[in-house]
Amino acid sequence: MTTNPLLDPRVLPSYPRPVPGVHPPLDTPAYRSTLLRAPKQPAIVLPQGLTEVTGPLLGEDRVVVADADLTTRHAGEPLGERIIVTGRVRDSDGRPVPGTLIEIWQANAAGRYAHKIDDHLAPLDPNFDGAGRCLTDSEGRYRFVTIKPGAYPWANHRNAWRPAHIHFSLFGRAFTQRLVTQMYFPGDPLFALDPVFNSVPDPKARERLVCRLDMSVTEPDWALGFRWDIVLRGREATVFEPRERGRERR
Amino acid sequence: MRPNPFHPPVSGPEYVGSNGEDEKGSLPLTPSQTVGPFLAISLPWADGPYVVPEGTPGAITIGGKVLDGAGEPVAEAMLETWQADPDGRFAHPDDPRGNGAGTWGGGAVGFRGFGRCMTDAAGRYRFVTLRPGRLPWPGGATEAPHLDVSVFARGLLDRVVTRIYFSDEQAANVADPVLGGIADPDRRATLIAAAQPGLPGEFRFDIRLQGERATVFFVV
Repeated sequence: MTTNPLLDPRVLPSYPRPVPGVHPPLDTPAYRSTLLRAPKQPAIVLPQGLTEVTGPLLGEDRVVVADADLTTRHAGEPLGERIIVTGRVRDSDGRPVPGTLIEIWQANAAGRYAHKIDDHLAPLDPNFDGAGRCLTDSEGRYRFVTIKPGAYPWANHRNAWRPAHIHFSLFGRAFTQRLVTQMYFPGDPLFALDPVFNSVPDPKARERLVCRLDMSVTEPDWALGFRWDIVLRGREATVFEPRERGRERR
Repeated sequence: MRPNPFHPPVSGPEYVGSNGEDEKGSLPLTPSQTVGPFLAISLPWADGPYVVPEGTPGAITIGGKVLDGAGEPVAEAMLETWQADPDGRFAHPDDPRGNGAGTWGGGAVGFRGFGRCMTDAAGRYRFVTLRPGRLPWPGGATEAPHLDVSVFARGLLDRVVTRIYFSDEQAANVADPVLGGIADPDRRATLIAAAQPGLPGEFRFDIRLQGERATVFFVV
């Protein structure tokens, strides 16, 4: 058991807390599933100690290159619009986040997930499972080849439909940087109607969930390219003490 | 629902990135969104719940249920844990105590520090791990052995974060600066995993998202 080793307070990083408006409030009644699940008591500010400023550095042994191409893992090619999704992962100070594990999942082109609890009456595609993963490179870049997912209905309210999206899960390098989110496609007419998309309070922050068509990513005669950059919390090397920038939970 | 539809600008050839810099010159963060109901397509790892392999000498188990505000089990939730090794070290370059070696026991026992477990239809989860060591804290205080926990589920638009402490570490828990910051003993008790009588090394920790005995959640 460690008994008070010398801990140099000058070298422990801290991760300033997000400004209000970026992350959705857990209590968002328009998204019905929050009603019995979103905690009602205010969260307590946890000073960032060793457990919070470190985190799992995983991936090397969990990823092969083929995991980043969701269109080539089965006997045939999946149906739908082949697309490339690429971008950079950085922290809010602009530093690339290299070697971090990204995991994605999505519906197929018909808007159906390859999951037993998805009962949407749309066809499954035997050539598409909707799961992908990759590690960012030394510059924080990632790249997936996949199929553009379809919109699909859900039970939130009458005639509720989710805009097309791809789920993203990222670790970063510290417990504080962990992020699970969704990437949307430009110009989707369902944006205005979707309580999940609109759960992000700041419209400019909501905009950052939308990828952009990029002709420099698009490959002629093969696939449209979309760019989506991801920004995780920044890091300050500073004194080891609680940092209270507002009490909004992240 | 907010009447504020967003229509992103059409991108042109000059476009280089999807994030603008704010007035302070820092990049604005990407918002969180819920994992939704279909995370099991991609996120479960066969070895996820095993922070060390089952049967590792000194291994403990931590298990329990995730419950919603109606007391119903939350199925298809994902729990992730992060913790120090039994010596109170992290396999991470930002551990300032120079723990270059990485994993505990020279990696021999395959300690990963990180666990990931999906809940089953009854809302149950179970991790196999090693008891973490104590950690230094500024000003000479010491953190009691604990795991940080993230909970992800449909209906949670962002992860919720809690901590697992151990019921048989009473002296360390009393001195813990985080537990000490929670005035209400009933609230504090929601963070303590209970040693199971007659089952050495087994701990029970339920997570109640809402209700009178709701678990304490943290902003990190």
